[in-house]
Amino acid sequence: MEKRSTDSQVKGVSTGTTILAAVYDGGVVIGSDSRASIGGDYVSSKTINKLIQVHDRIFACIAGSLADAQAVTKAAKSHLSFHSVQMETPPLVVAAASVLKELCYRNKEELQAGFITAGWDRKNGPQVYVVSLGGMLISQPVTIAGSGSTYIYGYVDAKYKPNMSREQCLQFATNGTDALALAMGRDNVSGGVVHLVVITEEGVEHVVVPGDKLPRFHDE
Amino acid sequence: MLEETGPGCLSEALKTGTTIIGVEYDGGVVLGSDSRVSAGASVVNRVMNKLSPLHDKIYCALSGSAADAQTIAEVVNYQLDVHSMEIGEDPQVRSAATLVRNISYKYKEELSAHLIVAGWDRRDGGQVFATLNGLLTRQPFAVGGSGSSYVYGFVDAEYHRGMSKAQSQQFVVNTLALAMNRDGSSGGVAYVVTIDEHNTEEKVVLGNNLPTFFDQ
Repeated sequence: MEKRSTDSQVKGVSTGTTILAAVYDGGVVIGSDSRASIGGDYVSSKTINKLIQVHDRIFACIAGSLADAQAVTKAAKSHLSFHSVQMETPPLVVAAASVLKELCYRNKEELQAGFITAGWDRKNGPQVYVVSLGGMLISQPVTIAGSGSTYIYGYVDAKYKPNMSREQCLQFATNGTDALALAMGRDNVSGGVVHLVVITEEGVEHVVVPGDKLPRFHDE
Repeated sequence: MLEETGPGCLSEALKTGTTIIGVEYDGGVVLGSDSRVSAGASVVNRVMNKLSPLHDKIYCALSGSAADAQTIAEVVNYQLDVHSMEIGEDPQVRSAATLVRNISYKYKEELSAHLIVAGWDRRDGGQVFATLNGLLTRQPFAVGGSGSSYVYGFVDAEYHRGMSKAQSQQFVVNTLALAMNRDGSSGGVAYVVTIDEHNTEEKVVLGNNLPTFFDQ
C-alpha cells in the first residue's frame, strides 16, 4: 500500500526475510523462511538456510544482504571458537551477540545485515538478542526481524506470553508455523519452506516444514 | 495519521498514517478507526473521528491525506443523496463504493487517500469494499492505513467466517489496539461503528479501555 524502503535498497542478493526467535521455559525456538531474492524481482534461492550455527548451542538468524551476513557470521564463528578455547568454556550467548554487534557497528557504513542471536548457556539459560542494522544490541524475550516481520507485529504482540511451555512456544512459532506462515503469506520477498531450530540444554533440534505442510488461512 | 500540510511541516511524501478496518458479519458490518491526525512529528488532533457517514446505513473510513479523504467523502455524500432521491429508495453499498472509486481512479495522480466503504443494504446485507488507488473490490474484511501493515498477520490468523456481531466488534477493537501500539502514526481512541438492518451504532473506546497485549 504505502512505499516501504527497508530491504529494497540492498544491492545484490538479499534475504528479504522473516525471522523470529522466542524464549520459553527451558529453551529457545528460532525460525526463518528460506527465500533469497535479488531486488524483490527474482528468487535466487528457494531453500536457503538462514539459521547459522555459530557455536554448539548458539545460532544466528540472518537478515539483509546475504553476502554481508555470510561474511560477518564467518568472522564471528572464528572469533567465538577462539574465545571459547581461551576461556575453556562454551561462550555465553551475549558474547556471541556482542561479537556480531562489534562487527556490525564498526563496519556500519559498508554492511547491511541484521541478526537475531539465540541460544542457551549455563549462566543465564535461554536468551534471545537482536543486533540491528546499525549495531544496536538488545535482549528481548521474543523478537522478529526482516521485511516480513512488519506484518506479524500485531500477531506476535497478541499471541506471545512470557514463560510459555515448550509446546505452547512451538505452537506460537510453529504448530504449522503460524507466525512465519502468516508473514510469508503477505511478504513477497519471504517464502519457501520454514526452518525451525529448538535449542535447549540437552541439544539442538532442527526441523524443516515444507510449503505444503504450512497452515492455510481464511483466504487460501 | 491523516496528514495536514501546514507551515513548519516536514513531510515530503504523504504517509497514510492511520489504521482503519472494516469487517462483515452475518447481518451487518463493523467499521473501526484510530483517531490520530499528525503533521510531521506533531499530533494535530488526537480525537478525530475518521468514520464518516455517506448515508444512513453506509459509512466510510478515511486514511491518507486528511484533506483529500474528507473531500471525497463530502462529494460522495452529496452524490449519494442525489442518487437516492432519483431511485426513490436507500442506495446500495456497492453504489456508494463505486462513486468513491470513480473519484479515486479519475484523480489518482492528484489525490492521496484510501477509503474503505462499508454498510448494509436490503439486497446484499452487510458489505465491505476496498477502494485503494481506484480499484473496487468486495472483501469479507479490509484493513488500511500505515498501521495496517503491522496487523496483517493478526487479521489473517484471527478472522474466520461466521463471526457474530460481538465477536466482530471485539476483533476490530483488538486489531486497532495492536496497530496503535506499533504504528507511530496511529493512536488516541478507537471509534467503532456497527451497521445492521435495524440501526447504526457509533461507539468510542477510550485509551484506557483498549485491550492490552504483551509489551516488552
